[in-house]
Amino acid sequence: MEKSLKDIENEVIDEFSMYDEWLDKYEYLIELGKSLKDYPESEKTDEKLIKGCQSRVWLDCKVEGGRIFFNADSDAIITKGIISLLIKIYSGRTPEEILSSDFSVVDKIGLKENLSPTRANGLVSMIGKIRELAAQSL
Amino acid sequence: MDVSEVRQLFPALGRRVYGKPLVYFDNAATVQRPQQVMDEWLRMTSGCNANIHRAVHILAEEATSAYEQARDSVAKFINAPDRSSIIFTSGVTASINLVAFSFGEAFVSENDEVIVTEEEHHSNIVPWQMMCRRKKAVMKVLPVDENGRLKVELLEGMLTDRTRIVAVTHISNVLGIVNPVKDIVSVCHRHNVPVLVDGAQGVVHCKVDVRDLGCDFYAFSGHKIYAATGTGVLYGKKSLLDAMPPYMGGGEMVGTVKFSGTTYAPLPQKFEAGTQNIAGVATLTPALALAEKLNSDSALGEYSDSVRDFLLDYFMSDGRIRLYGIPEKEKTCLDCGAESGEKIPLFSFSVKGVHHEDLALLLDKMGVAVRSGQMCAEPLMDRYGVTGMLRASLAPYNTMEEAEYFVKCLDKAIKMLG
Repeated sequence: MEKSLKDIENEVIDEFSMYDEWLDKYEYLIELGKSLKDYPESEKTDEKLIKGCQSRVWLDCKVEGGRIFFNADSDAIITKGIISLLIKIYSGRTPEEILSSDFSVVDKIGLKENLSPTRANGLVSMIGKIRELAAQSL
Repeated sequence: MDVSEVRQLFPALGRRVYGKPLVYFDNAATVQRPQQVMDEWLRMTSGCNANIHRAVHILAEEATSAYEQARDSVAKFINAPDRSSIIFTSGVTASINLVAFSFGEAFVSENDEVIVTEEEHHSNIVPWQMMCRRKKAVMKVLPVDENGRLKVELLEGMLTDRTRIVAVTHISNVLGIVNPVKDIVSVCHRHNVPVLVDGAQGVVHCKVDVRDLGCDFYAFSGHKIYAATGTGVLYGKKSLLDAMPPYMGGGEMVGTVKFSGTTYAPLPQKFEAGTQNIAGVATLTPALALAEKLNSDSALGEYSDSVRDFLLDYFMSDGRIRLYGIPEKEKTCLDCGAESGEKIPLFSFSVKGVHHEDLALLLDKMGVAVRSGQMCAEPLMDRYGVTGMLRASLAPYNTMEEAEYFVKCLDKAIKMLG
């Protein structure tokens, strides 16, 4: 049976809590960022740029079979790791599932508190963009 | 004085962050506060809290005396010829805004010119831009070379009979190289152009003597030299300050007030409208006394120089790193502060293929506090074609062990991100 969005959110929370030190959590995020598939230069447009991030982040999506698939890139690797984490959770889900999520996973893993205030704002912007793209795909 | 004795004076240095000892390398943004400064602030706010210059009661007298003593402390520290040429402000930004406005009102008209440099902090650009817009004047920019040195040789050619003022930083907060301010002043004065010096970093690292420099204005912030935040100084030549109209109107700055017209108080009150940061200003006295003590300690100076040289060697030799602001000479003159052309212990750099924010975030988690971003010098970021940099800036309380730990952490972070 396919895992529910909740299952995946819990998996990420478990995975993240394996690391005691924030440095290790960042190492995990960095690896996650590096594993993201190539993002075409031609898609690095203003329209795909997430506003409100200190480093530049682009988020693109395509809809296949009623599911929405995200891809992203950033010039900062930790930022890329953070967006990868969100993609890991939300990519391949239906727009309805995404819109019904409360994104509390972000609070549960303590990500926001461990970012600089500007990056925490960026995270909020990333979530906003994911929701926006999901709403457009309905 | 031993560096460990110096550290004892600063309670914040004993902090641990994320379970690790704090390594505070963001001293160019603000330095940590020593105990005697906090004691003075507490004494002022708990013991003699009163408004200054007005009432006759004992509290007001004590507060006024501490406030005015700070003026003497500042005048002595920068060798100003007259205590009334020292104006208290909220910081170097406020000092420059004051000059840009009041000097502009008095001396600048349409098509006149103002010269700033490419390495200025936004605080020494934007107030002049605002004034230029108001007065329909023109801003010209003295460029910086690839190594981060001002192209001073171009200055004379830029001066015209319309140049009204030159505003230059003593030491750029990004490049960390002492500018030849004395030479700049003498070139400008040959053409009867006054010079404002942004001393935010300069006053911390150089032995500032405004009479020797010859500058017309010298501005600095208290919080970068151990005093409370929200304190600033503007030194100005009296002839200029007297000719300039007030920046703000209000209490304290007046002679007589009638609805038919108001006369202004003499210097320095003319430029100190409203209730001042009384307790903060009073901390300048113990702060500058400590600065004087640390700066004149040759053993400590030698030690700080060795830490700086260690880091300079590191930044120059690690191929992954680009250092901005490369000194032309490695010269150390004990007891005389940093001299023209010398590098202060301030290192702005970037790492190939690595985003500055990522590095700063990892360093933070290792307990190392550095600055990252544009450092309020966007034109300089554009000059070097970067969106931001990292900056490690040291104070006399930083140790060789900290520098070595920082280098290790930086290497680890680069490897993690690479």
